[in-house]
Amino acid sequence: MIRFACRLTRPGFALDTTFTAGQGVTALFGPSGSGKSTVIRLLAGLERPKEGRIAVGDTLLLDTGSGIAVPPHRRRMGLVFQDALLLPHLSVKANLTYGRWFTPRAERRITFDPVVEVLGIGHLLDRRPATLSGGERQRVAIGRALLASPRLLLMDEPLASLDQARRQEILPFIERLRDAFALPVVYVSHAVEEVTRLASHVVRLDAGRVVAEGTPADVFAAGREIPGSDRFALRSVLTARIRQRLPAYGVTLLDHPAGDIVVPGLLTAEAEVRLAIRATDVTLSRGATEGLSTRTVLGGTVTRIDPDAGGPFVTVTLTLTGGDVIIAAVTRLAAEALDLAPGVPVKALVKAGAIDESSLPGAVPTAQPG
Amino acid sequence: MDAFSLTPEEWTAINLSLRVATVATLASLPLGILTALLLARGRFPGKSLVDALVHLPLVLPPVVTGYVLLVLFGRRGPIGAWLEATFGIVLAFRWTGAALACAVMGFPLMVRAVRLSIEAIDARLGEAAGTLGASPAWVFLTVTLPLALPGIIAGAVLCFAKALGEFGATITFVSNIPGETQTLPSAIYNATQVPGGDAIALRLSVVAVIIALAALVASEWLARRSGNRHGAPA
Repeated sequence: MIRFACRLTRPGFALDTTFTAGQGVTALFGPSGSGKSTVIRLLAGLERPKEGRIAVGDTLLLDTGSGIAVPPHRRRMGLVFQDALLLPHLSVKANLTYGRWFTPRAERRITFDPVVEVLGIGHLLDRRPATLSGGERQRVAIGRALLASPRLLLMDEPLASLDQARRQEILPFIERLRDAFALPVVYVSHAVEEVTRLASHVVRLDAGRVVAEGTPADVFAAGREIPGSDRFALRSVLTARIRQRLPAYGVTLLDHPAGDIVVPGLLTAEAEVRLAIRATDVTLSRGATEGLSTRTVLGGTVTRIDPDAGGPFVTVTLTLTGGDVIIAAVTRLAAEALDLAPGVPVKALVKAGAIDESSLPGAVPTAQPG
Repeated sequence: MDAFSLTPEEWTAINLSLRVATVATLASLPLGILTALLLARGRFPGKSLVDALVHLPLVLPPVVTGYVLLVLFGRRGPIGAWLEATFGIVLAFRWTGAALACAVMGFPLMVRAVRLSIEAIDARLGEAAGTLGASPAWVFLTVTLPLALPGIIAGAVLCFAKALGEFGATITFVSNIPGETQTLPSAIYNATQVPGGDAIALRLSVVAVIIALAALVASEWLARRSGNRHGAPA
């Protein structure tokens, strides 16, 4: 259990953030400049707040009230930076074991071989950091943080400096370590796809304050409450289970109370699958849905309609059968033609092509053209 | 006598110069690294004053530096008297005094090179090592020091070369005593002051050039070796 409450002011920036986080992955989500990285640096002890209190489990790491401030090297927080920051003069192996050396013997819970195995870096051990690719570097950085047997793992946009293919390469590793080492993780990201795939708890920050907190579905459905969020930023999160893999077509059918969902890729996850769907990728229909190439048809009822202050679009919120919420951005023209209003039953259509398989757990990437 | 064979007196001057320069460099290295670290990473009031003080010997006339040393470290100077009373150490007119004068003159060059190399290290590497459990002292030993090594070598060589050539401050502080404080430059100066000393001056100048070149080549080789360890494979 992490309890975090800090206040800090800088020229042009103020942070006043309070949240708690439990086991599993907690995502700090928000636009750049919202204070996500500052929270991570405060947790690691690399910055001092004006006022604050940070506790992990029973250990008080910071309490400005009683003058407690544990220095970074005694906090035992594994920090993975955006740009790996491997020690350039040491081999991969020496980088990995660096933190272990400073960890008290009794605290060395995480051992070398499983980490190397889970991260798939066994063949890199004798190399120098300068000879690694970006993705390899980031995996070594994650391993290095893990092998110090930290109280929790802090990841500051670990995928932000990588291209889409490298991200696809690393996400499964982060998923595996989350499940293999039972370590609380605080994960900073501004990518909804990463957050919905990894996190069980989301803290949404804006201008140094917590504006929403909860499960990914709650937080992202609440996204439209935030002033200034445009239709491309609106997403809803659905929770479904795998029904059937169709290897011949390279797609997976998901079971959702409101209807089957077709997603690209052959998913391997056992548990629930969370899908982030952009509001601009949802089509609404009040009539027949036969004869369409879109095969995902979800039944629900309109619960609210938010006009975009005279703009061309309205934001329609539906409650689907089973309780999930989905948001659609449709033109005002269409909303009036379909006579949409709260209480009206409609069907929501989602193109499989609009779903980013990299956001799905255990997805094996489908062949990319080119 | 062969024109290129050195007399025992000349050998003495060369040996003394090498000893003075080596001692001056090695003895000032720890303080130089510490000062460089302080100037590169420290945040404290009076930092620019320390910076100016360190660089002062670079811009002052060497004679002034030598005179200040004489006033402070002479047998009746405040520091010199204290050193003699407490430890029985006398610097004035001894080869150790020559080493002190050379160290003071070479210090700014050393600090400058080391400081630049420390400033070139990404400070976040130290933060990363810190989050892995390394205390500031361990960060210094395992991250800063090895990564600054090329700069430290360069600084040491600059200091050594400066010490070999130092003349003004040395001759002012410890005079020109053959076998005790007569270093290579003093010996060359002496030779130019006596009739028929041209050959001696020429021979010793050739020796000075050879030593300086050897030091440069050695530093280049060392820096390349230490640099290779964290660059791409050679």
